[in-house]
Amino acid sequence: MAQAEIPYQEDMALHHPHSWVTKYWFSQDHKVIAVQYGITAMSVGLVALVLSWIMRLQIGFPGTFDWITPELYYQSITMHGMIMVIYLLTAFLLGSFGNYLVPLMLGARDMVFPFVNMISYHVYLLSVIILMASYFVPGGPTGAGWTLYPPQAILTGTPGADWGILTMLLSLAVFIVAFTMGGLNYITTILQARTRGMTLMRMPLSIWGILMATVLGLLAFPALFVSAVMMILDQLIGTSFFMPSVVSMGQQLDYSGGSPLLFQHLFWFFGHPEVYIVALPAFGVVSDLLSVHSRKNIFGYRMMVWAIVAIGVLSFVVWAHHMYVSGMHPYFGFFFATTTLVIAVPTAIKVYNWTITLWRANIRLTVPMLFAIAFVITFVVGGLTGLFLGNVIVDVPLSDTYFVVAHFHMVMGVAPILVIFGAIYHWYPKITGRMLNDTLGQWHFWVTFIGTYVIYYPMHYLGFVGVPRRYYENEIGGASAFYPESAALLNETITIAALVVGAFQFVFIYNMVVSYFRGKPAGDNPWGATSLEWRTPQTPPIHGNWGDKLPTVHRWAYDFSVPGAKEDFIPQDVPHDDEHGAHRT
Amino acid sequence: MALAIVLLIVIIGSVAFNWLSPWWFTDIASNWGNIDTTVFITFWVCGIVFVAVCLFMTYCVWKFRHKEGSRADYEPENSRLEWWLTVVTTIGVVAMLAPGLVVWDDYVNVPPDAQEFEVLAKQWTWAFRFPGEDGKLGTVDTTNIGMDNPFGMNMDDPNGADDVLVPASRVHLPKDQPVKVWLRSIDVLHDFFVPEFRAKMDAVPGMVTYFWFEPTKVGEYEILCAELCGVGHFSMRGRVQIDTQEDFDAWLDAQPTWAEMQAGITPKSYSAMAMRGRDVAETNGCFACHTLDGSVVVGPTWQGLWGSTRTMTDGSEVVVDDAYIDESVRNPAVKVVEGFAPVMIPYDLSEEDMQALIEYLREETGAEEPMSADRGEDAAPADAVALNEAAASNQGLAVLNAQGG
Repeated sequence: MAQAEIPYQEDMALHHPHSWVTKYWFSQDHKVIAVQYGITAMSVGLVALVLSWIMRLQIGFPGTFDWITPELYYQSITMHGMIMVIYLLTAFLLGSFGNYLVPLMLGARDMVFPFVNMISYHVYLLSVIILMASYFVPGGPTGAGWTLYPPQAILTGTPGADWGILTMLLSLAVFIVAFTMGGLNYITTILQARTRGMTLMRMPLSIWGILMATVLGLLAFPALFVSAVMMILDQLIGTSFFMPSVVSMGQQLDYSGGSPLLFQHLFWFFGHPEVYIVALPAFGVVSDLLSVHSRKNIFGYRMMVWAIVAIGVLSFVVWAHHMYVSGMHPYFGFFFATTTLVIAVPTAIKVYNWTITLWRANIRLTVPMLFAIAFVITFVVGGLTGLFLGNVIVDVPLSDTYFVVAHFHMVMGVAPILVIFGAIYHWYPKITGRMLNDTLGQWHFWVTFIGTYVIYYPMHYLGFVGVPRRYYENEIGGASAFYPESAALLNETITIAALVVGAFQFVFIYNMVVSYFRGKPAGDNPWGATSLEWRTPQTPPIHGNWGDKLPTVHRWAYDFSVPGAKEDFIPQDVPHDDEHGAHRT
Repeated sequence: MALAIVLLIVIIGSVAFNWLSPWWFTDIASNWGNIDTTVFITFWVCGIVFVAVCLFMTYCVWKFRHKEGSRADYEPENSRLEWWLTVVTTIGVVAMLAPGLVVWDDYVNVPPDAQEFEVLAKQWTWAFRFPGEDGKLGTVDTTNIGMDNPFGMNMDDPNGADDVLVPASRVHLPKDQPVKVWLRSIDVLHDFFVPEFRAKMDAVPGMVTYFWFEPTKVGEYEILCAELCGVGHFSMRGRVQIDTQEDFDAWLDAQPTWAEMQAGITPKSYSAMAMRGRDVAETNGCFACHTLDGSVVVGPTWQGLWGSTRTMTDGSEVVVDDAYIDESVRNPAVKVVEGFAPVMIPYDLSEEDMQALIEYLREETGAEEPMSADRGEDAAPADAVALNEAAASNQGLAVLNAQGG
């Protein structure tokens, strides 16, 4: 099919809203859907924040809070983990950023399938409601850990083994339906609805990150979907997909012949790409933040694109590095350790290129830039500790200890969240037409960056001592060799830091609400950025994004400080003049 | 400027923390010193990269911060530099991976002179099995597991008769002797982890896994479960005592074999009501956590339970009677015995079942004196972990005696 047959959405029929309901609730405008995704994800994220307080109170001050029972503790760690990974990070980075940025950055009027896009959000909302319903079913939510490993997840020794696990699995299945509808939209829009001149190699890296993450999601989530269905069957009608013969609490059960390891393989075949589903959009967005705010092109754009693609492909052949001590055939260790450490190479290249971008730049330490730089240092720590856990034998003493907790919070918790914050400070002016308050933003940044570092950096060392993760109490019947008194003191410190960092997130929410009404007017392009979303005729952009004519792209997204040019940035839709040394693209 | 200073403090602080903090590996007590070496190599490679990248970034933030009239350079690519960095990174990765794989090869290939023993994991306790004089572990099957066959031994396998069974959460191993650990679970995933040995492996129901190590230091170490196994996960501890070969042999000799245990089983008579109560206890899995021999597994022992006075976590004292048992079954979180975690789930028994259970407990644990009162000091109720070793070894037969039928 020739490219010309795609009408560039010039005359795309838009379903303009006729009432409040179709404008703000059942809207087909990708920008409204993006905000819906964002607000829902943030709300459920606040639940996860409170859950993390519960678990930190117990770890830091065991025995002090009678109402934190082991059941509540295990339910809290489970729900916290699942909410953060799926319902906040995945939903925010793809559902919210994906929706907002893809059409605007590519010069499209909307997603290719606006109706499906609308459904996608409402199905996501349904999955969140089902998840929260866990708290109202008999027995409460599941306490099986976010990995939901059977047989434990469906046996009586685990909280929520009757109802909680079912609502969890059902919610995941529904979420995957929502993600699939959204994901097909992102990919189709990126491949088919780019405006004139927007070649793939002119796309901002944000879009490359979102594209690759969506591809990963569409390939990886089905593995989670089938394992959810299989576990539901095991639990409800007594099939034995994951269930061998077991004696639970002294009783012989009717299961036989199933394989708990099969679930782990399926789970991590989804679970490892999931890390990159979260990381790749963050990689892309942070590349753009660093470039815009340092007034310099991103260094090594083509290498950055290929690194995203390489990481995406490799992420499908490393999953069993989560299973080195699971009892799988030990020779798998050689293969998965090698692939895992190979993935470090393209990842390291990305880090180098971010830092080299700052070389001889003209760095403006705006709030988005502060978050972007904090991301790099956090990601460096989290990425390097990944080399410990990826190298099979080094993983043996450290796996299932607090080293793992510290590692994944640094690399796929704090790091992407710092990018999300930076991105909100960066794009809020375009979304609302107003700037966020800078002073509150500075406070939010400093407490969040330093606070999270204080929480997670020392936590690695608890792992070296041997403190296992997911322990409700460490000291039972006197002190243990693996839990010296100093470790208890460290845990108290971490808890206090976690309470403070958590509380400061409300400053951020306050800032977003108040700035919406009273923020300084932003203008069309407050940061002097080059990509198309800053070139809309109106701010905030109206339904349809562009005026009568779609923009035409003449250059890549990184023409900052081009020698000979008057301004220190040249937007993508500005035709080539006779400025010297401009990038070939 | 402030950012550059803070970044510098973060970098220096991180490095200083590494040297100054008191938290590091426990003293090693096994042959896996080369695991520590691979960690050490990884630490150096990663530490250097961390310092180099972050210092470079800090320098840029300070040197190239926006000043009036300044303008950035324009340099889209530099393939030479990019290739150099790729090559250097690859060398660093190989430097970590190669020694790692060599040691992993050691880890997965068990030396031929290793002696075997089995770890049997279940919610939330450990048991152990040694192969006995024939050097062969008898075959087992989870479906054989019952009150009088807690290991699920196959009755018709002659290799199993001389197997030494250690139902306590406490095991002895000889120093300087490589051991191959077979791991088995009867319910959910568990993981046998002794931080001082560095090594660990999951126990998976439905399959048998293994790893090996060689203890190098006499002493007592704590066994932790390192794979989430339900609400009592954190309380699933055990002890491993590393002995000299002589001490170990003496200990092993004192443990009953499977054949001896079976020979010792004699029926005991109860009233019809109590028989029914025992069935209630069995079908509800009470014995998974409560023993009759004075040993402490997950919950308090039932030995001498009826009519005794027990101290609760809030310091109050309770005399065990109908009302207390009824409440403790239906609503176990209300009164928790001192030294135990509130991990028991409520059981909603019918009124008849409850009465039968109470009658069984009265007959089983009330009338006569406990068989032996010499509890080892490490089995104080405050220690939910350590099993009464003395009770386990002296009364291994008594357990089955009491439970048999």
